[in-house]
Amino acid sequence: MSSIAQKKGFGATLWDYLTTVDHKKIAILYLITGGFFFIVGGIEAMLIRIQLLKPDNDFVAAGLYNEIITMHGTTMIFLAAMPLLFGFMNAAVPLQIGARDVAFPFLNSLGFWMFFFGGIFLNLSWFLGGAPDAGWTSYASLAISSPGHGIDFYALGLQISGGGTLIAGINFLVTIINMRAPGMTYMRMPLFTWTTFVASALILFAFPPLTVGLFLMIFDRMFGANFFDHTMGGNTIIWEHLFWIFGHPEVYILILPAFGIFSEIFSTFSRKRLFGYSAMVFATVLIGFLGFMVWAHHMFTTGMGATANAIFAVATMAIAVPTGVKIFNWLLTMWGGSIKFTTPMLYAVGFIPSFVAGGVTGVMQASAPLDYQLHDSYFIVAHFHYVIVGGVVLGLLAGLHYYWPLMFNTMLNEAMGKITFWLFFLGFHLTFFIQHFLGLLGMPRRVFTYGEDQGWDLFNAISSYGAIFMAAGVIVLVVNIVMTIAKNVPVGRDPWGDGRTLEWAIPQPVPFYNFKQIPLVRGLDTYWIEKQEGNVEGMTYAEPIGDIHMPNNSIIPFIMSLGLFVGAFGALYNGEQPWAIPVLGLGLIITFAAMATRSLKDDLGYHIHKEDLLNEKGGKH
Amino acid sequence: MAHDVHTHVKSNIEFEYARRRAANEMRGQVTTFAIMIFLTLIAFTMVLAGFSAYLVIPFILLLAAIQVVLQLYYFMHMSHKGHETASLFLYSGALIAAITVLTFLTIVWW
Repeated sequence: MSSIAQKKGFGATLWDYLTTVDHKKIAILYLITGGFFFIVGGIEAMLIRIQLLKPDNDFVAAGLYNEIITMHGTTMIFLAAMPLLFGFMNAAVPLQIGARDVAFPFLNSLGFWMFFFGGIFLNLSWFLGGAPDAGWTSYASLAISSPGHGIDFYALGLQISGGGTLIAGINFLVTIINMRAPGMTYMRMPLFTWTTFVASALILFAFPPLTVGLFLMIFDRMFGANFFDHTMGGNTIIWEHLFWIFGHPEVYILILPAFGIFSEIFSTFSRKRLFGYSAMVFATVLIGFLGFMVWAHHMFTTGMGATANAIFAVATMAIAVPTGVKIFNWLLTMWGGSIKFTTPMLYAVGFIPSFVAGGVTGVMQASAPLDYQLHDSYFIVAHFHYVIVGGVVLGLLAGLHYYWPLMFNTMLNEAMGKITFWLFFLGFHLTFFIQHFLGLLGMPRRVFTYGEDQGWDLFNAISSYGAIFMAAGVIVLVVNIVMTIAKNVPVGRDPWGDGRTLEWAIPQPVPFYNFKQIPLVRGLDTYWIEKQEGNVEGMTYAEPIGDIHMPNNSIIPFIMSLGLFVGAFGALYNGEQPWAIPVLGLGLIITFAAMATRSLKDDLGYHIHKEDLLNEKGGKH
Repeated sequence: MAHDVHTHVKSNIEFEYARRRAANEMRGQVTTFAIMIFLTLIAFTMVLAGFSAYLVIPFILLLAAIQVVLQLYYFMHMSHKGHETASLFLYSGALIAAITVLTFLTIVWW
């Protein structure tokens, strides 16, 4: 049961991770899987840039190129960015609010395994007759007539992994509402917890439309329905609406936790309280709410009419206001602070101009008449890479360096971290800044090649060379990670020296029950307050030492998700293979049997006894 | 925690209070149940009576909305204390859904 290093065989470790319900280990699982898909998506990005390096290139064929761009977008959004964010949420949020675990540890595990199997299923399309090729938005007008099974993999894979995301989101909502330590009022929660909370609420409201859309797509493609076929009375535009009613909040689901990570980093390394905390909270909630009012700005050219376009344009521009509030608060947090330029702080400082650039082009596109010019051009590609890479990916890399010591009790090499930052940061601007001009010069997005002498040759070459810098940065990061793991030098509690929030107050390595005694929170920046008062323990306790109730590990979430994975193959080959329906049934039987086992068999967990906690082993078995 | 089992003997007054509350609760539940059955009867009667569809459909939707509210507040105990967060989420979700539907009905699909 112990999470603390004992010598264990590979098999035992593997079994431990397959069955774990501990949020800290699930965080590591998310990190590994998300990191893997980040590399896969990155390789796809490199293939795109190689193909566009020179005009009339034939490095990949047109059809394969469509598959690569589709999988690049889908992988990066659903299988890399979101799981990596969930990794940091799992690692930090329960510790930040003084909880021993998330509210539903079993569901936490189920959420991860559903994401895992959905992602694997989606990527198996490469080996089973071709990947999806209708773009990451998979507009129905195109997707319905796509030959082969690519789109089926897309719909089924995202359905399974989307279920996992929904479960994880609900879990964090319940955790943050119910599991806060005594004294941890809403307005004392660290900003990362706040942004996780709002992002989880967005997941709760935004993922059901995607689920509906994907089910309609699944039935249209695999079971002979006609929701999107206008010749049969369907409507192909419904997909676009459903997708963007989900898709726009999705952007905020990604960026808000990144904002949270940056807020923590700014205040830690400026060694100041976050400027305008309550305004930050208000801005976060407002961005979350407005995120649902703007979906149709992705569809200005669909022909909704001037009224709809005007209203959605104004609503979109309104989002710039709370975002601006945040930018100014970060600047004012640094203002007059005693700034320490660690690797995470470099990312945070680099994030501000990059994200503002992405935001400004966003406001440009919000203006519907201008969007008619920019739509489906490289300007759009430049814009969304500025917000997603310049915002979310920089946030993920910053979070990786910042939370690494919390997760692994070791520190990534700072010198190499800074090399990664400069390579990645310069490469990013080199790749994407020039794409704005490619767009303005008329280059459409999603084209697999272009003719010579249209003024695009040099800019595309520059963009491709920039991508090499980004790849080099990621390679340095991987080397850094491998070296850090190999050296394995423990760094102990509060390794940055300036930790402000509760997660840094816990002794390292974090005990598997997190808190021997639940802490009493006496204000914002709990640990900072205790440090100022010279409390060497790092926290004031809210309860005497007593028995701790812990959940048992379980393999059931893995089996439940495996059943869906198996069943998805049945749905995919429906009408083509005689074994399709039996396999679909088999998969569903596995899942429902696992659910029945979970429901009918009482699993009440176990207690760590007070006596074990009091002896020097600290509750270890 | 788990070991020191706490027993509490209710005083007469406490017992009376709890009983009265339970009785009130029960009365509320039964009344709500009766109202809901009645609303359902109205809905069926309207269809059977053959009124115009333009009257029947909005009216049944209205009845459905009332049923949902009764269900949430009386059968699912949202009227009790400690459901503030749940209400917040429910109402914000309903608000967002309503705005979305309103958008479709008024400006998007002209």
